[in-house]
Parts: sequence; structure tokens; C-alpha cells
Amino acid sequence: MSEELYDVRLTVNGVAHDVRVPARRLLSDALRHDLGLTGTHVGCEHGVCGACTVLVDGRPARSCLMFAVSAVDSSITTVEGLTRDDGTLGPVQQAFAECHGLQCGFCTPGFLTTITAGLADHPSPTEDDAREMVAGNLCRCTGYTNIVKSVLRAAALRDGRRTPSPGTEESET
Amino acid sequence: MKPAPFSFVRPQGLQHALEALAADPGAKVLAGGQSLVPLLSMRLAAPSTLVDINALPDLDHVRVDDSGVRVGALARQADVLGSDDVRRVQPLLSLALSQVAHATIRNRGTVVGSLVHADAAAELPMVLTLLGGSVSVASATGTRTIPAAELYAGPLESTLHHDEIAVEALFPGLGPGEGVAFEEVSRRHGDYALCGVAAVVRVEGAHVAEARVGYMSVADVPTVVDLTTALVEEVAQRPSRRARNQGELSDQAVSAAAELALQHLDPADDLHASSAYRAQLVRVLTAHALRAAHDDAVVRGGAPG
Ligand SMILES: Cc1cc2nc3c(=O)[nH]c(=O)nc-3n(C[C@H](O)[C@H](O)[C@H](O)COP(=O)(O)OP(=O)(O)OC[C@H]3O[C@@H](n4cnc5c(N)ncnc54)[C@H](O)[C@@H]3O)c2cc1C
Ligand code: FES
Ligand code: FES
Repeated sequence: MSEELYDVRLTVNGVAHDVRVPARRLLSDALRHDLGLTGTHVGCEHGVCGACTVLVDGRPARSCLMFAVSAVDSSITTVEGLTRDDGTLGPVQQAFAECHGLQCGFCTPGFLTTITAGLADHPSPTEDDAREMVAGNLCRCTGYTNIVKSVLRAAALRDGRRTPSPGTEESET
Repeated sequence: MKPAPFSFVRPQGLQHALEALAADPGAKVLAGGQSLVPLLSMRLAAPSTLVDINALPDLDHVRVDDSGVRVGALARQADVLGSDDVRRVQPLLSLALSQVAHATIRNRGTVVGSLVHADAAAELPMVLTLLGGSVSVASATGTRTIPAAELYAGPLESTLHHDEIAVEALFPGLGPGEGVAFEEVSRRHGDYALCGVAAVVRVEGAHVAEARVGYMSVADVPTVVDLTTALVEEVAQRPSRRARNQGELSDQAVSAAAELALQHLDPADDLHASSAYRAQLVRVLTAHALRAAHDDAVVRGGAPG
């Protein structure tokens, strides 16, 4: 049985990609299978775990709860789009590396995208803000403590602050 | 699991969307997708066509006017929650929205989608019912307005016809003398609640003139119970005039109110909580919500304490 296919132009990390997909192709699968962007991870596939979180027009969204055919008018940012133009790690990625914000790394892409958008809205989060920022993402390894530290460290890095010990920044610069 | 195959349309105009919906009895509307896509992936639903309404123009408004808060079908929960006007005109809507899922889900999920999804465990259908709001719907043949009291037919079942699209919801604003509160208990922050309670209390001077309370997750449909009598009778029976005029609701009054409410509810057993525990949550949360809404009314009205 041949399934109807749709021509879709997806704009991902600033690059337009033309793909032919069935309507039921989840955005998460289109990113991974059709575009080869396997940085976006798929855990639960029903919106609960947050591993598949990407930015849709700058706002975090579950890519497992969108169809590729619905993403035509949006600009998508995946974890691959969070590195700096020169290829070095972006501030949130850098902070995770410094603060041991990941262990197995399965959940990490969802955290990185979520926090990137979260810091754009709240550039100087308190620890409580940081916890709230990641409240919708599950991690089975870290116990979250180092992820919260990473949020605070990423805020400092974004500011160009060079505070040496992660997770102990004051709220003022 | 992946969704079953379906055809897809993404109309640019409401009329086109309504025609597409009317043309296929197996068609379904796709709004934020935060409830529908999981159902498709779990194959609990298998529509033959999805009519994606996200490209329709002029439906993402969040407006306040004399009648209250008007929310268009494409206004995201995050945008309504972020509106200071909404918080001022109907604070209960903001309180409830902050309990709906997580920020990431609210970025896509729509207020109207939640209302017509008709989940008895969801915050917004209960709040719309408590406030006596309504939903305006359109079909290829015309429009109508459905009062909240007629919107919910059963679990996950609204009274919208298959060929109708909900275009706007109206949440009436806070009235004079009114105060509101929202309380829920869930397993984890952001989960659906085991029991949720919202209260609207209206005071006149030092007296409670009206107390209505809405319940979620403890009946098949969002349920509103008028608890005014329980509070007013109790206050009238207080021994002294001074006690009658005291600002606070007594323990007897709020427990009488909760018992009255339980007569209208049917807390069920499931994986997450026993019916006895849910009934206990009704008692505790009714008391909290009534007191908090009463305090809120007193503070807003500047009434004597
Ligand atoms: C992890 C997770 C946690 C959640 N937690 C909560 C929670 O705690 N509380 C809560 O209330 N919700 C929760 N939700 C659900 C969320 O609030 C949904 O956004 C909401 O229920 C549906 O809105 P939507 O825009 O996503 O609708 P969709 O998923 O697109 O649609 C839902 C249903 O409504 C119909 N529909 C939608 N819009 C219209 C319209 N305009 N006209 C006609 N029919 C329409 C669709 O056909 C479908 O049947 C959660 C979701 C997830 C994934
Ligand atoms: S895979 Fe999308 S939220 Fe879990
Ligand atoms: S690092 Fe393993 S799940 Fe988060």
C-alpha cells in the first residue's frame, strides 16, 4: 500500500531542507531520519520526557508532538544549532561540560535547547528559576543538581562573566 | 509507536478549513497537538484526515473587554498565562494555567484546544464551567455559542459537532466583591492533578453572599457545586454578632461545605490514587480554596476583617 507523500520545506538551524514525507512523520523523526540530525533524541514519544525538545521560532517545543508537515512556516533550532559560528560550544553546552551536567547524555539535547530559550527570557536566573526552567525535562542519571548548576553557569557564560566556581554566582553581575 | 496514516490539510482560511472538516466524517482538527498527537501515536485515535488550523489568520488573539477575557483558538496557553491584562480581569484563569503541564507544553498547547478536548482532569474546562463562560464555534453552515454548562457531555466528549471548529472562548471577568483561588494536588509538578479545586467567593460587607466551587479529576465531567448555603447557614448560627462578623470561615463551615460538595462528586479509584484518598483531597482542598478565595475577596474589596 503506498502512502500519500507531502513535499515539505523545513528550515532547521537556518538551512532550508526539502523533504518528501508522509503526513504522519513526526518532526522528531523527520529531523533524525530524513535530515540525519540525530542530536535530537526520542524517549517517550508522547511529550513527557523532553529529550526531543527543539526550538520552534525560538520557543521550546516537543518535536515528537509536531508533524513535519505542520512545521512548514516555522524556523526550527536543534541541538546542532546551538554551537557558535566558529564551531565551538555555545554557552549552555560549555556550562554542561564544565559542571558535569550530563552522564549518559540521552536527555541532554532537550535540556540544552530548553535552557537556551529559558536564559533568553530570564538571563539572570536564581536557583529556583533554574529548577523551574528544567522542570519539564526528565534525566535518569544526574539527579539534576549538576544540571541546575549548569543553568547558572551558562547564565554567567552568556554574560561574559568568568566566575571560576560553577553554581555559586551572585544574582548581580 | 507511530500514528496510523492520515491525509493532511493546512488551510489558510477558516471557510476552507470548515469545508475540509465537513467533507470527511473521519477528519479531526489539529491545534497545538499536545493532546491529539500522543493519542495518535498511541493509536487511541486514527482520524482519516487532519485539518491543521495553525495557519488560519486572526485566531491568536487574547483580548479583555467588559465581558471578560476572549481567547482565540490559536492563542497558546503560554501567551494567555503571560498576559497581565488576563491576570487583572480574571486572575483565576492565570492561576489555573500555571498548573497546566509544563512551560514547553504550554508553548504549543492552546486554551481552546484544552477546553474542547474535554478532559475532566484538565484545569481549563473546570474553570470555564465555574466562571460560566462559553465557547463560540463555527461550521460551514453558521456559528453558535455553547455555554460551558452545555459543553461537556462525558469523559473526553464535548458537545461540538464533528464539522465545527471552536474559534473563541470567553472567560467572564472577576465581579465586584469576588475573590478566587485554585488548589490542586498532583503526583509531580506539571502532572495532571489527582484532585483540583477552584473557588469563587463573593462577599458583601463581612458576609459571604455566594460561594461556588469547581472540581476536576473527581467526576466524569468538570463539576461545579454551589456551596453558599453551607457557609451562610453556619455563619448565621454563630452565637454572637461579633463572631458572625468575623472575617474568617470556621472549620465547621468549610467541612460542611466539603461534605455537601462530595454529594455531587464521584471520586474514582485508579493507578494513581484510591477513591478514599481523592475524597480526602476534596475535603482538604475545598477548605483551602474556600478560605483563600474568601481572603482574596476581602483583600480585593478592602472589606472589614
Ligand atoms: C506531558 C503533558 C502534560 C500535560 N499536562 C496537562 C495538565 O496538567 N493539564 C491539562 O489540562 N492539560 C495537560 N496537557 C494537555 C495540554 O494542555 C493540551 O495542550 C491541551 O489539552 C489540548 O490543546 P491543544 O491545542 O494541544 O489541542 P490538540 O491536541 O491539537 O487537540 C485536542 C483535541 O481537541 C480538538 N480541537 C483542538 N482545537 C480545536 C478547535 N479549535 N476546534 C475544534 N476542535 C479542536 C482536536 O481535534 C483534538 O480532539 C498535557 C500534555 C502533555 C503532552
Ligand atoms: S520523546 Fe518527545 S517528549 Fe519524550
Ligand atoms: S544524563 Fe542520562 S538521562 Fe540525563
